[in-house]
Amino acid sequence: MTQFLQEVNDRINGVPIQRCFHCRKCTAGCPLATEMEFNPNKVIRMVQMGMKDEVLNSSTIWLCASCETCVTRCPNDVDIARMMDTLRQMSIEKGLSVPQKKILALHNAFLTSIKMFGRINEPIMLAHYKLLSKDYFSDLAMGLGMFLKGKITPFGPRTRNMAAVRKIFKETKHS
Amino acid sequence: MKVAYYPGCSLHATAKEYDQSVKAVSAALGIELKELDDWACCGATAAHSTNFKLSVALPARDLISAEKDALDVMVPCAACFNRFKSTQHHLDHDDELKKEVEKIVGKPYTGSVAIRNPIDIIANDIGLDTLKSRVKKPLKGLKPVAYYGCLLLRPPEVCNFDDYENPVLLDKMMAALGAEPKQWSYKTDCCGGSLSISRAEIVIKMVDKLMTMAREADANCIAVACPLCMANLDFRASAGVRLPVYYFTELVGIALGLQGGRDWLKLHNIDSVSLVSGLGLV
Repeated sequence: MTQFLQEVNDRINGVPIQRCFHCRKCTAGCPLATEMEFNPNKVIRMVQMGMKDEVLNSSTIWLCASCETCVTRCPNDVDIARMMDTLRQMSIEKGLSVPQKKILALHNAFLTSIKMFGRINEPIMLAHYKLLSKDYFSDLAMGLGMFLKGKITPFGPRTRNMAAVRKIFKETKHS
Repeated sequence: MKVAYYPGCSLHATAKEYDQSVKAVSAALGIELKELDDWACCGATAAHSTNFKLSVALPARDLISAEKDALDVMVPCAACFNRFKSTQHHLDHDDELKKEVEKIVGKPYTGSVAIRNPIDIIANDIGLDTLKSRVKKPLKGLKPVAYYGCLLLRPPEVCNFDDYENPVLLDKMMAALGAEPKQWSYKTDCCGGSLSISRAEIVIKMVDKLMTMAREADANCIAVACPLCMANLDFRASAGVRLPVYYFTELVGIALGLQGGRDWLKLHNIDSVSLVSGLGLV
């Protein structure tokens, strides 16, 4: 039980999350709390109690939009947004089946674009997202509208030194 | 003054009117921009959600490149701004991480350049009095709410940008341009960010609330400083509640009487030309 809490604290490398006294200020200010299966302060409690599987498999950690309202208002400086990042990363590293597949698909398509071009190539990134998420038909009119206004193009400028960008991806890859 | 310029991916694509208006306004106010050489993406939400080290190393490469010119970096995109400020914060507070990142990037990081948002540069370096004295077309009749969003402000000890619960810089700037900024309680509420593509139905609820509250405050438009806020408000708001949305630099440009105002606004989704042309501003 303490192992999970310790691991999360080590990775956050800041204020230990057992400093939370559950005032629920984070949840009160969270713009996504109504969409989450567990409120932010409940996730903290579950980590404190060692409920690793429940936490890492929950959709809550993926719905956090990283607006940082929680950590800004926490009276104990618990970095809840960083905790959510950490839990997402642990879920990916364990190869768990992510309940919010479309959210992870977008992250993966986004990072693949950086790996290929150094920057976001919107048409290719969005096509890749559609393949990964199997969400083929949403927002096509919006995409076309942006294309016609010249707001998205597959031929935008790219990073020249791609060797440096690829090295960053290679050497930060989790084992 | 001279600063390095990091447009980021959005300003070369979905937010190109932000890029164009930042450049026009900077030139008019005597801010010389030198685009950062061979920059790469900051990694945005995708990197920090999935891989902490990657989320630091990507901006670190750009930061280190900026140190070569010893120029502070103007970052108009609030999301890029936040990633750069966070990276500086991590590198300044974690020696081990700093060493590791320096090894990956292949060059030392000295932390010698500041990351600046154009709101901060215009309000604090140019000065709102100077800005006011340069106004050719006061934005009379324009009643914006200033919408700051999340990423310019939070966490406050990382961003160091204005009051984090009740920021006022953008409101003051709008007033200096002759507009009548309206007070509201949603200045720093979240627009839903990158959930816009993967969970659009949630973002629609969030931006509809923002639009409704702006209307309740008697505003006739919204002024923003973030391409993500703009995209979500401009493309996701429901038909019944929509208000025109402007990048603050577009409004500065129009007030200074610069060329190109109408062209910037034509790139928006919600009609933003009618309001300002009705007021005789473009």
